[in-house]
Amino acid sequence: MDRIPILKMGPFLLVTIQVDLYDRLALNLESDLISMVSKTGARGVLIDISAVNIVDSFMGRILGNIASMSRIMDAETVVVGMQPAVAITLVELGLTLQGVYTALNVEKGMELLYKKVDLLSEQDDTIEEDQDPHDITD
Amino acid sequence: MISLTKDTMQIVREQDVVPFRNRVRELATKIGMSLVNQTKLITAASELVRNMLKYADGGKVVLEVVSKNGQAGIRLMFVDEGAGIENIPQAMQDGFSTGRSLGLGLPGAKRLVNEFDIKSKVNEGTTVTIIHWKNGR
Repeated sequence: MDRIPILKMGPFLLVTIQVDLYDRLALNLESDLISMVSKTGARGVLIDISAVNIVDSFMGRILGNIASMSRIMDAETVVVGMQPAVAITLVELGLTLQGVYTALNVEKGMELLYKKVDLLSEQDDTIEEDQDPHDITD
Repeated sequence: MISLTKDTMQIVREQDVVPFRNRVRELATKIGMSLVNQTKLITAASELVRNMLKYADGGKVVLEVVSKNGQAGIRLMFVDEGAGIENIPQAMQDGFSTGRSLGLGLPGAKRLVNEFDIKSKVNEGTTVTIIHWKNGR
């Protein structure tokens, strides 16, 4: 069966959709991603759709589902690289992708994910806890 | 309106959707349709072909390049022999679905293309015809 590869990159999962989607493929991606989030404890999912020419209501619903399911599993989802023609079409179709974060490209999407899951401040916290608490008052 | 080319594609499986979308893109490119208008047309076609598979176990699509007043366009006719639609005004409402979907397919497809026509008879089938002109108007 056809599958879209999911890459693990640090605390995030990265998906680049390079093929024309049909419904079964999109549904497989949805279930694969959710089980990967569960298996890896990923804190974020980045989906690159820059090579996708068509997003119809079904595909839009799958993107929304992935975002809501991931959120329940404590991971944020960012969709990046949407083509302008796809964005225009989605809005006229009546699909606003509510609850799905978007960014212009992979780089900005990564930035957004880091901000959303606040990994940096969590790291700071652990460093601070390692230090002698009295030193911090200075 | 004159028909310049005409061919038919059978849609019986989900996998038929991808070559069908490619064929529509080919025709739209051939008449010089802009990318935004191509995307609108193909997205509308994708919605309608899904309906055909989901509610009527497939059907056929007649693809035509047409011309009116010197302007070229693409006409797609989706013909199925499914259960038909009892209440067309209701089916054309945003958010109405008998199949647990978002209910955007029919009304969304209508918004995306220049001309939209739907005819249906219960127990006989449904025919949806859309036209999208080269300049999108």
